[in-house]
Amino acid sequence: MKVPYPGAIDCDLHPAMPGMAALLPHLDDYWRDQITNRHIDKSSFILTSYPPNSPLSARPDWRQASGAPGGDLDMIRRQALDPFGTRLAICNVLHGAVALFNADMAAALCAAVNDWTAAELLDREPRLRASILLPMHDPALAVAEIERKAGDRRFVQVLLLAMGEMLLGRRIYWPIYAAAEKHDLAIGIHAGSSYQHAPTPSGWPAHRLEDYIAQSTAFESQLLSFLAEGVFQKFPKLKLVLIESGFSWLPTLLWRTNKTWRGVRPEVPWIERPPAEILRERVRLTLQPVDAPRGEAQLLTRTLAHIGSDRMLLFATDYPHWQFDGEDVLPDGLSDEAVRALMIDNPLETYPRLQEAAGMSDNANATMALSGRVF
Amino acid sequence: MNVPLRHQTAAQQLTIVDCDIHPAYRAPADLHPFLPARWREHMTTFGEHLRQGLSGQLAWPRMMAAGMRLDAYPEQGPPGSDLALMRRQHLDANGVEYGMLMQLSRGGMEERNLDFAAALSRAVNDWQIAAFVEPEPRLRAGIVVPQEDAAFAVTEIERRADDPRFSQILISPRSSDPLGHRRYWPIYEAAQRANRPIALHVQGFSGGHASTASGWPTYYMQEHYAAATGMQTTLTSLVLEGVFERFPGLKVALIEGGFTWAPALCWRMDKHWERMRAETPQLKRPPSDYVREHCWFTTQPVEEPDDPQHLAEVIAWIGWDRVMFSTDYPHWDFDHPQHVFKFQPTEEQKRKVFRDNAKALYGLP
Repeated sequence: MKVPYPGAIDCDLHPAMPGMAALLPHLDDYWRDQITNRHIDKSSFILTSYPPNSPLSARPDWRQASGAPGGDLDMIRRQALDPFGTRLAICNVLHGAVALFNADMAAALCAAVNDWTAAELLDREPRLRASILLPMHDPALAVAEIERKAGDRRFVQVLLLAMGEMLLGRRIYWPIYAAAEKHDLAIGIHAGSSYQHAPTPSGWPAHRLEDYIAQSTAFESQLLSFLAEGVFQKFPKLKLVLIESGFSWLPTLLWRTNKTWRGVRPEVPWIERPPAEILRERVRLTLQPVDAPRGEAQLLTRTLAHIGSDRMLLFATDYPHWQFDGEDVLPDGLSDEAVRALMIDNPLETYPRLQEAAGMSDNANATMALSGRVF
Repeated sequence: MNVPLRHQTAAQQLTIVDCDIHPAYRAPADLHPFLPARWREHMTTFGEHLRQGLSGQLAWPRMMAAGMRLDAYPEQGPPGSDLALMRRQHLDANGVEYGMLMQLSRGGMEERNLDFAAALSRAVNDWQIAAFVEPEPRLRAGIVVPQEDAAFAVTEIERRADDPRFSQILISPRSSDPLGHRRYWPIYEAAQRANRPIALHVQGFSGGHASTASGWPTYYMQEHYAAATGMQTTLTSLVLEGVFERFPGLKVALIEGGFTWAPALCWRMDKHWERMRAETPQLKRPPSDYVREHCWFTTQPVEEPDDPQHLAEVIAWIGWDRVMFSTDYPHWDFDHPQHVFKFQPTEEQKRKVFRDNAKALYGLP
């Protein structure tokens, strides 16, 4: 179904990543020389996880004759913001820099992507917010990037990939979470892989479709890692957002961790209450893709009942990825309360920096709502 | 073959098929009589050659008593090695009409030296019969084969195919490539020809890949969970590589890898296959169709939602004819047949899950 009223907060929107020509002005002399002299600027930096012509990567009616889907701001306004009456949208600009092995080069390019995002997206469209793309090779470099960008309150979270070099709950990464918590930034984990390990515990699948299906298992592994390592206890304000993860797999994880925990508590004594309680409080998941059969609203309704909380889902179009058709971004079977929660209340509760935007401009919000198209 | 039950009490009106029982050697030397001298010496001199840093133990130590029920330790040897105790404590006490043996260690599935793996496979298959199935006809063996040597696996399956005491074929889901890969297809072809299901039981030893897509977990709590994620990616590979299209008679039992994830995984596969069918023309129907037709799931360790009715709903989505009870005896997280479900299944549902589904899958009388 369509969104019933304007004002939604879209928690996963993908402007096309900038080409290297657009990033060069944001690099210092050393890296500009490196990138051009080594012809690195002739590389595409496309992530293997999102081949541009694959059906999953862009909806057919969101493609255009020339240029990448989501590649210009007018198109984003026309296709992703206006049709859904979106009040705020969080841009997740994925860039292949995170899959490099050279930590310094990756950090320089991530910084350039973040600066480009501020200059070309946030400065030009007041409805947009963004994630800070982090290089995870060296926690010190990741912390430095957080400190460099945190002053810009339009960045509301940090952005990591679901499949990386190490499980994200590991203590080596904790300085990153300390910095994020200090600055009221959520930890966003987005589908995708740097392919430093096989996507499955039995090796490398043949098809891209298998890789994509396996993303949900990678999110499961990350949740177990955050939980077992004690990240939620160490950083009591930290919110974890799983982006483009699907969510129908979640009930099994809640049930299984609750049960297993009863047997393994002595191994992880810092987990002092049933894991499902902790996860329901601290973990959020973006709406799209809705991995449930269309036309069988009952299955989705029951899955939400199994999840046992209206607080966990965040509205998201996943634009321009092909997850739904037309303007039917909401699955059938959601209650009015659940719709309101996921469109507005849950995103505001998850991202403290969005609350600032809401608080600062109540008038602007009211105006925006009134001027929104009639639904 | 119909085996009369002994010591059946009035409380046990329904006899059961237990789809996951773990036998054990009293000592590694138990295998010696079934190994040629060359491999006996190899086993003593070099031992198993696995893909992990610790020799002769699990890399994630288990929570209690090496992952075993404390009361399952016999006076001598490890749990599962004493048939008399297994009879008294489990087969008789719980009304087990048939017990499906899951022999995991030293069967060659995780051995790097494929010649040694082949010798272990033969030995373990002979040993299961001699030590357990011959003296206790309620037990059924599985043909344990090293999946990384498909040519040998086929000969071993053919060697045992006429012996009804072997009910299924065991390969490791912690394989070196995802199990849908065509290097494993000769095994599926042989399984189809021998009319035996393939049993995939979760494994403690890797086939060379980290248990998650982001490397190795820290705690046993995570490694335990990785059994469920690994089973999902294994099933995805079998389905999307078109194995069931290629071998329409193939049946697969997924054992101890959880089962409540199955509907959500099917929904996810169907949804994204719809968009990506051009990449996988080997599939003629939605992925969930193949799962429903070709796959069976065992219950232990059963998921326990706060509202037990949620579990009943999920089983209904999978199909009451596709879920089979298992205990995992003598392991620490054993599920008891009388306490496994906190909701009240109907008599028909009970018959199916505790007995009839397994009898139908394995062709048990």
